[in-house]
Amino acid sequence: MSTIVFAGAAQFAAVGYVASGLAWPGIILLTALLNARHLLYSAALAPWLRSVQFGRRAVMAHLLTDEAFALSISHFRRIGRADERGYWLAAIASTFIPWNVATLAGVLLGAQIPDPARLGIDVIFPAAMVGLAVGLITGRRELVAAVVGAGVAVAVALASSPAIGIVSGGVVGPLVGLLVPAAAAHETAPLGTEASAEHYAMPGTVHVAAGAPAPTEPPGSPGAEPPAR
Amino acid sequence: MSTNLVLLAVLMFAVTYPSRALGLLTPGLDRLPRIAFDYLQLVGPAVLAALAAVSVTVVVGDNDVPSFHVGIEWVAVFVCLAIVARRRNLFLGLVSAVAIVAIARAAGLAAIPA
Repeated sequence: MSTIVFAGAAQFAAVGYVASGLAWPGIILLTALLNARHLLYSAALAPWLRSVQFGRRAVMAHLLTDEAFALSISHFRRIGRADERGYWLAAIASTFIPWNVATLAGVLLGAQIPDPARLGIDVIFPAAMVGLAVGLITGRRELVAAVVGAGVAVAVALASSPAIGIVSGGVVGPLVGLLVPAAAAHETAPLGTEASAEHYAMPGTVHVAAGAPAPTEPPGSPGAEPPAR
Repeated sequence: MSTNLVLLAVLMFAVTYPSRALGLLTPGLDRLPRIAFDYLQLVGPAVLAALAAVSVTVVVGDNDVPSFHVGIEWVAVFVCLAIVARRRNLFLGLVSAVAIVAIARAAGLAAIPA
């Protein structure tokens, strides 16, 4: 399941539902709802990856997860252009392989751990998501989108289901973020600028120095024309 | 994993892949108007924050009814957020979050999820 579906939250939910005896159509519907957020990721990455060959984009789609999206979009913003090799690294080396190896390790060794919840491992997912979200916030628009998205998601999740809540937050948050006037957005790191490279640089790394030639942009790429905010 | 569950995994893939591929494979999405591109730039922070918030604050009980949850996980996630915001070090944030939850549960200060 980790290889074929490759969607952690849906897998956790499915295992629970199978164990509780829920009928398959219900599991599949919930999977579709839970993973609908990938449509937003896919659309957000499309402008960056348009020059990649269709077949490779089809494979990229299967490897698109929360983590792969956050890592690759941060990387693209940092360097101001798309980087196909960077996407593969984010999707395969840092997500697909560890996820499947860890799944196998869990199958083989999981019974040796008497109570995994005691270790606090369950908090890794929300902590990682919030950490990755912080990495994408470069101005008030992103901040407003994140805060509103979280609030809407919780409210809708409590009223309906977590899956619907997450998608609702992902749709409504950016809409409200766009309402922040450009003059008040306080964008600290517009795409493709040195400030962006500095913001998204990993700790301890050296970014392009001031005055050095900027990375070349494919014509019309998202990074070629920083948004006028 | 039984053969039946392989079939379930294939069906789950069949409903997951389209949402992943639609944006990447649909022609013309790269020629979006400025406002649409700005919207999509805000999707990442919104969805990731939504995922984190729902994971920490909403618990689905045995009766499938979601309920509001307050616990040590809030503190752990907030500490991770603060560390990433100040130090830009996600690994340190994750280690700190796990340590807070593990210590609190070991000390009996926080409930262990079922």
